[in-house]
Amino acid sequence: MNYIRSKKIFFAISLILILICFTMMGINYVRGKGILNYDIEFSGGSILQLDIKKEFSVPDDILPLVIEYLGDDSAVIQLVPNTHQVLITTKTTNAKLRTEFVDQVKHKFDLTENIILLEDSYSPTISKEIQANAMYAIILGSFLMLIYIWIRFNDFKFGAAAVIALIHDVLIMLFVYVVFRIPINNSFIAAILTIIGYSINDTIIVFDRIRENKKVIGGSDENIINVSISQTLTRSINTSITTLIMVSCLYIFGTASVKEFAFPLVIGVLSGTYSSIFIASPVWFELRKFARKRATTT
Amino acid sequence: MKSVLKILGVIFLIILSVYVAYFGVGEKKVFAFSHIRLGLDLQGGVSIVYEAEGETPDPSDMAAAVAMIQVRLDKENYTEAEVAIEGDRRIRVNIPGVEDPQEAINSIGATALLTFEDIEGNVVLEGKNIKSAVGQLVDMGMGNEPAVSIKLDDEGTEAFKVATQANIGNPIIIKLDGEIISAPTVNDVIRNGESIISGSFTEESARQLANRIEAGSLPFALTPVSSSGVGAKLGMDAFNASLKAGAIGFFVILIFMIVVYRMSGVVADIALTLYVSLIIIVLSLIRSTLTLPGIAGIILSIGMAVDANVIIFTRIKEEIRAGKSIRSAVDSGFNKALSGIIDGNVTTLIASFVLYILGSGIIKSFATTLGIGIVLSMFTALVVTRILLRSFVAAGLQNPVLYGGAK
Repeated sequence: MNYIRSKKIFFAISLILILICFTMMGINYVRGKGILNYDIEFSGGSILQLDIKKEFSVPDDILPLVIEYLGDDSAVIQLVPNTHQVLITTKTTNAKLRTEFVDQVKHKFDLTENIILLEDSYSPTISKEIQANAMYAIILGSFLMLIYIWIRFNDFKFGAAAVIALIHDVLIMLFVYVVFRIPINNSFIAAILTIIGYSINDTIIVFDRIRENKKVIGGSDENIINVSISQTLTRSINTSITTLIMVSCLYIFGTASVKEFAFPLVIGVLSGTYSSIFIASPVWFELRKFARKRATTT
Repeated sequence: MKSVLKILGVIFLIILSVYVAYFGVGEKKVFAFSHIRLGLDLQGGVSIVYEAEGETPDPSDMAAAVAMIQVRLDKENYTEAEVAIEGDRRIRVNIPGVEDPQEAINSIGATALLTFEDIEGNVVLEGKNIKSAVGQLVDMGMGNEPAVSIKLDDEGTEAFKVATQANIGNPIIIKLDGEIISAPTVNDVIRNGESIISGSFTEESARQLANRIEAGSLPFALTPVSSSGVGAKLGMDAFNASLKAGAIGFFVILIFMIVVYRMSGVVADIALTLYVSLIIIVLSLIRSTLTLPGIAGIILSIGMAVDANVIIFTRIKEEIRAGKSIRSAVDSGFNKALSGIIDGNVTTLIASFVLYILGSGIIKSFATTLGIGIVLSMFTALVVTRILLRSFVAAGLQNPVLYGGAK
């Protein structure tokens, strides 16, 4: 297979996905749903998950209490399927109001034992900080990796190509979060960074071959790249299979919060494998061509 | 013969580490998986971050606030709770294993109340009248002794003068939130608003008491900026589900490796088993907190730990195809795989390092787990797999087919 000749197709596939991602973000914005589905960790707010233990109706039983005691008439109230549980997301409330509210719910349904499964609250100031820290971590991490590859491979173009492949994977992950409206929280950061680590590892194994083959077989860049990719192809596929086995198990057997984390990882592993084969090396090829052109014109 | 002994030795070590990871050592089960400290998202619990209102308080005030919260937690029997200063104006309180998160939040939410009472229980002085309290060595006539000296404001000085006058020979009881923390006996009328609380103090307990007294007169209010509570049941469910996912995925990978890589796959499986038990032992040993993303990180790292083995085996296969003997194919295969494996892992280590430095709470524990996972997977692939493969070859298993070569 000639990976360089077909590069336009690969670039196009990725670009289309990324364009869909940005379009969806735009549509979400226009519709006023928010560009991304920020979790309260990132946007500020409070969330309560209660186990009511019997049948109830949201508009009749829950909503009036939410409005009266939590003072939020735009609260998001969701049912957890196949249970008697309810998830209530509101603007940031204080602990006293929430206690009062929960007491009222208990009273209404004649419950004495604890009904709170989960209670989170983030003030808008701290959530801004968490958001900024997360962005900072991703940018600093990518930058340091770029420097490391640049030094180890003695070629800035390898580092740049690896980082472009990495940005590609981050955007594809973002695509998943945008399209499926998965909440953006601390798990999102962990997922993105895991995939960055996975993808860069994958890409480096291919680049390592290119570095080696450049010395051994020589010839055109195109030839070296094609040989190197086919030599590492089995390994790329097998590693992504074993990693996918683990991540899929996590998705299949995990609880709701685990699933939320595992699904983007499944996509991320696929994207990381795809980019290390079809994006990273062709980008390196283009960068080399560009550099040569500039050298001859000046 | 020597090589067979080597193989048996390595296998014995692996069985030993699996045993240790499962059953632990001694009564406390150190090194065992049950000894790993679980995060609040897995065992249930509450995590609250308080922020000081107004200007940034000085460090001694922050220490006093921490002492205050500690007293309250002890009082409520939350003995496993942890209180820590984050940055220069925030305090994080973690209380593991609570059933009802709200109850815990409320019990530390109220303001501290320090009172001085006479023997009949009349309040003679309140914490708000204390200017400062210091734990120090004071000469009490019999050499220096640790004690707490307190300074009162004008209103307090007057009140204390009246109270001591009325109570000479009797104790004044000092209470924090209704709990008696000290009951010194009044020896003299105190007019200057300075007092020394003596008793059987060590330097440490005097300093602590001073902190607690100052805590009763905190110069700043604490507001919760984030609180996160998970009921114990939800946490355990998530933990058990992830454990099951990990175990099933692990066995599927063991089978996959044998099917695809035959003899080499067996070697990889042995190394992988060692890897998993080592991760458990290390996490148990350093008592790092394991959270949900942390488990996901381990599970992912099991998938990726196979990677180094796969790279090595592919190289060995190529060397065999190029016509090398099995023995030299194993050696040169390892050497050629080395640079790629190291570069790939170091970049991932960089990512976990950045997360560790910049992250907090759950993200930090994820970074720790990821970092440990990378280092251990490099060790098992580059050291253990190598020893085993070489020994297998030396023991006479030299048919290339076993290592993925052509028939």
